[in-house]
Amino acid sequence: MSDRSQLIETGKPFTFDAQRDAEFERLVKRYPTRESMILPSLWLVQEQEGWISAEAMAYIADRIGTFPSMVYEAATFYTMYNLQPKGKLHICVCRTLSCYLLGKQEIVDYLQQELGIKPGEVSADGQFSLEEVECLGHCGTAPVVQVNGEFYEDMNVAKLKELLATLK
Amino acid sequence: MQVQVLSARFDIPDANKIDVAKQHGAYATLEKVFAMQPEEIIELVKASGLRGRGGAGFPTGLKWSFLPKNVDKPVYLAVNSDESEPATFKDRYILVRDPHTLIEGIIICCYAIKSHAAYIYIRGEYTTQVKILQAAIDEAYAAGYLGETVDGHEYKLDVTVHRGAGAYVCGEETALLESIEGKKGQPRSKPPFPAVEGLYGCPTIINNVQSIASLPFILTNGADAYKAFGTEKSPGTHLFGISGLVKKPGMYELPLGLPLLEVIEKVAGGMRDGRTLKGVIPGGSSTPVLTPEEAQTVTLDYESMAAHKTMFGSGGIVVLDDTVDMVKLVENLIYFYHHESCGQCTPCREGLGWMLKIVRKIIRGEGVKADIDLLTELCDNIEMKTVCVLSAACTMSTRSYLNKFRHEFEAYVAGGASAQAAM
Repeated sequence: MSDRSQLIETGKPFTFDAQRDAEFERLVKRYPTRESMILPSLWLVQEQEGWISAEAMAYIADRIGTFPSMVYEAATFYTMYNLQPKGKLHICVCRTLSCYLLGKQEIVDYLQQELGIKPGEVSADGQFSLEEVECLGHCGTAPVVQVNGEFYEDMNVAKLKELLATLK
Repeated sequence: MQVQVLSARFDIPDANKIDVAKQHGAYATLEKVFAMQPEEIIELVKASGLRGRGGAGFPTGLKWSFLPKNVDKPVYLAVNSDESEPATFKDRYILVRDPHTLIEGIIICCYAIKSHAAYIYIRGEYTTQVKILQAAIDEAYAAGYLGETVDGHEYKLDVTVHRGAGAYVCGEETALLESIEGKKGQPRSKPPFPAVEGLYGCPTIINNVQSIASLPFILTNGADAYKAFGTEKSPGTHLFGISGLVKKPGMYELPLGLPLLEVIEKVAGGMRDGRTLKGVIPGGSSTPVLTPEEAQTVTLDYESMAAHKTMFGSGGIVVLDDTVDMVKLVENLIYFYHHESCGQCTPCREGLGWMLKIVRKIIRGEGVKADIDLLTELCDNIEMKTVCVLSAACTMSTRSYLNKFRHEFEAYVAGGASAQAAM
């Protein structure tokens, strides 16, 4: 459990764009209750904006026709929902078991030094954010790093340097 | 030692595309399936001896037969693709390399249990994998294998992908159902069991991806062909994920029943850098660790693992060599389970946090001998006192390190911070 209780208000109303709107309408037919759309809707918001604001949660609750607390509960429980903006490159390093055994710490240390941020932080210029995450399911090619959702396997500091240079 | 039953199409380029998959036999068994009665399929799966590949190893056909007869409610299938237990990375290969075998398996299962809606619950971290899976499902709809009819048969079936969002506990079947319903992933008290009252209060079967993907082979080739692999009580094949300090980590399909050490040596290439074996985690992070001596007599099947007081689990094998500090490894695991506790039950929410504090105190060199006993006592007080087995996953594994590698904990306590600095 981690504290994820802080919401950020943008002061601007939120709506789905046309693509997400269509996806919402496609998916809602697949579930017998509208509440089942809470997790898919949070994903749609995150795909569209990169993170989920208080206004977006209110929008989802309204769109589904459920209590805002239901949406808030899900958004704060599931750790992959970003409750604040992340860096342009969001870097997740797996910290568990096989990645731990095969040197994830060197990778985390290098990134901390290189980016000047600790896990959980966003760089001042908004370019990078860093997170240590639990098992990513790529133990056979550990250690593994995920950048904006893409997997990079069998990582080491040298490969990471190259990767950052190409992604920057 | 390797076989290709489930993984038969894994090495074929573009086998995730329906045309290529069909050229190599995908969906070919459906004609036979729809000529059978649903009950006959359940009997065939029972006869194959297929056991749930998610970790518990419960017989799949038997699970299906727990569905109440003649209910007037819809029946649901939830496919567990949460694959979050550390060291487990097998289902991912099915999703990416051969998603159509999963879809074909879903059709078989749904027809057998008379379900018209299946949900694939996939962990949120599988970002690239979910795209490949969804593309395959879209292809299956377009080709007439899903939707209003299935392969020309009057059978409506919808398959929907539901993405999790980073909660390990959602691999627990009732937490998974809560999550599909839009709630926090907090496990339900059982009974009622999901087969009677599951998703939306309706009868629900929850099966692991690999269990479902095993069905096309069984339906095509029969129960005996499946039982030709493996042992009498643990028939079939399994996608083993071997990771850790071996030369050739990776996913390997093997029949059940092979000797563990031989597999580590011959399949995974043996130890790295000429190191010696210190321990093996046999089936995912929660399964009790085996010492090299115990590992000598273990075979990769449910019975042998149980006889050695550990579990087959998910088949995620982690090999540990003599460089591994078992106390720090335990810290890594306790941190994981503490982080992933859903917070519902006090012994888990608070207890795993206490365990983490104590093991960290020991690592800092500030521990006393009583702290080691306190860890054991905490394990006893947490285990089986919670709604689900997440806390037990932590305590069972922790206790195995405390018992089998106690001297390492004692060395920390005896040496204090100075000995730790010298290590």
